[in-house]
Amino acid sequence: MTRLRRYARDHAVPLALLSPAVLVILLVVLLPLLFSFYTSFSNYRLIRPDSLWDWVGFRNYLRVLGDGDFWSAFGRTVLFLTVALNLEMLLGLGLALMVNRITWGQRTMRTIMMFPMMFSPILVGFQFKYLFNDTIGLVNNALQSLGLASEPIPFLVDRWLAFAAIAFAEIWMSTSIFAILILAGLFAMPKDPIEAARVDGCSNWQVFRHITLPFLMPFIYIAMTIRSLDVARAYDIVDVMTGGGPAGRTELLWTLIARTAYDDARMGRANAMAYFSILLSIFFTWFFFRKLMAARRHLGAF
Amino acid sequence: MSRAMKDRLIWAVTFLVMLIICLPGLWVVLSAFRTNGEILTKPAVWIPQNLTLDNFRAIFGLGENVLAIPVGSYFLNSLVISVTSTVLAVMIGMSGGYAFARHRFPGKSGAFLWLMLSRTVPGIALSLPLFILWSWIGLIDTKLGVIVVYTAINVPFTVWLTEGFFRQVPRDLSEAAQIDGCTPWQAFWKVEFPLARSGIASAGIFAFLTSWNEYALASQLTRSTDSKTLPVGLMDFTAQFTIDWAGMCAMAVIIIIPALILTFLVQKHLIAGLTFGGVKG
Repeated sequence: MTRLRRYARDHAVPLALLSPAVLVILLVVLLPLLFSFYTSFSNYRLIRPDSLWDWVGFRNYLRVLGDGDFWSAFGRTVLFLTVALNLEMLLGLGLALMVNRITWGQRTMRTIMMFPMMFSPILVGFQFKYLFNDTIGLVNNALQSLGLASEPIPFLVDRWLAFAAIAFAEIWMSTSIFAILILAGLFAMPKDPIEAARVDGCSNWQVFRHITLPFLMPFIYIAMTIRSLDVARAYDIVDVMTGGGPAGRTELLWTLIARTAYDDARMGRANAMAYFSILLSIFFTWFFFRKLMAARRHLGAF
Repeated sequence: MSRAMKDRLIWAVTFLVMLIICLPGLWVVLSAFRTNGEILTKPAVWIPQNLTLDNFRAIFGLGENVLAIPVGSYFLNSLVISVTSTVLAVMIGMSGGYAFARHRFPGKSGAFLWLMLSRTVPGIALSLPLFILWSWIGLIDTKLGVIVVYTAINVPFTVWLTEGFFRQVPRDLSEAAQIDGCTPWQAFWKVEFPLARSGIASAGIFAFLTSWNEYALASQLTRSTDSKTLPVGLMDFTAQFTIDWAGMCAMAVIIIIPALILTFLVQKHLIAGLTFGGVKG
């Protein structure tokens, strides 16, 4: 107790300055999460308030772990994130390298490149719902006008096409984050090592592989860390594009949580699932943060 | 191939890629000025025959055909919620960011990490307990309830950004001002704040955009015209029997315009802010 009091006295100013931030996060994030942790061990249903005190131990978690729908949504989410993040990184790298090469109108190109960043996920979802619509969508209209398809293609109904359409929307939205940050890295890059390597007779590919890419890695990992902070944004896109349907074929972890909690009113089980989604987000962020630190150390070495 | 030819080719390819990036958005904007009749026509009409402002008139209840969806109140709700939560988040974030940038205290890096981790909680996972708790204390379906939540989710990022900008302001300046007779409070507002002002402004714009665009939490915590925001209101269109595509596109344009202007204003700081601490350490 005395140690705590001394700590508070010695650091009164920073503690006072920090207290509003700590307080608001405590009240709106930490306490609710503790509460939802409790409800994940209860049989809480929204329609029966007294069921909150119905302690069921690990039953919710066991049910979730034995639930085929949960595992297919979980697998789909991991697949979705792997595909989306990797493609975003590769496309962003390509885009940044191209914009870095051009000299005329580079600023304008950079501004255009940021265009998708201005769209909220819900708008991105709506936009591609409209574009991929089977009767009036731009894509189907174009395919039919060009004579490439006689029948409308059900982009948002077929299992894999819908998955691809959602992934496309996600990639469209987030590639520019990678492109912008990698471009910032290219601008910050010293020119001397490249020229030295050229003099020593390195090929373009060797210069890229052994000089440019290692230098860009921290920037790529910054982008990955920022992206992994809000991977759950995909919920908005899926909710507006397909709503997880048809028949749960495009269900991601986050839409499954929403359906279990609000449509089926099984709050307890939904909270158990929510903890899996929280762990997934923390894992992704922690993973890329570690990589970022490692890349920075590596960079500091030469 | 000569070097000049190659450069021109790269330019052309880049331009083409940019066009593809912009196309979906431009198509939505164009559709906002078309009639539903033209959008639904088969075979597709590619070149708009008559552009109209009717969709926007309908949204704000100015034309003959009035929408059943009260976009006007949604717009007002969005504005009130986003502005209030941004002001609160910037003030709280500035205070916390300053503590991290200027003071040493045990447990500092741990506190910073915890602050950031609170940001990783998916909105939908956080909405579950908030939905229950807010119903109990009567904050469900109120603007205040949403404002409190948005303030909290914006604080980690505003702390992070303002910390970076305050660290760039040399420590000596504030000390010099204090030797000249300023109190620390005066020194902060007269010397350090003006120097970090543009960075703080961009932190504010980030917070505003996050609130303006948020959907997962708002879709569960708001129910009626009292508190529904624009992103939630957009989904009203899909609940109707036939989807009013042109109306939805017009609403999309209304949502995107503030975001467009603000992102454009802040783009320079956006990059600086995001790469902070990443490379320089």
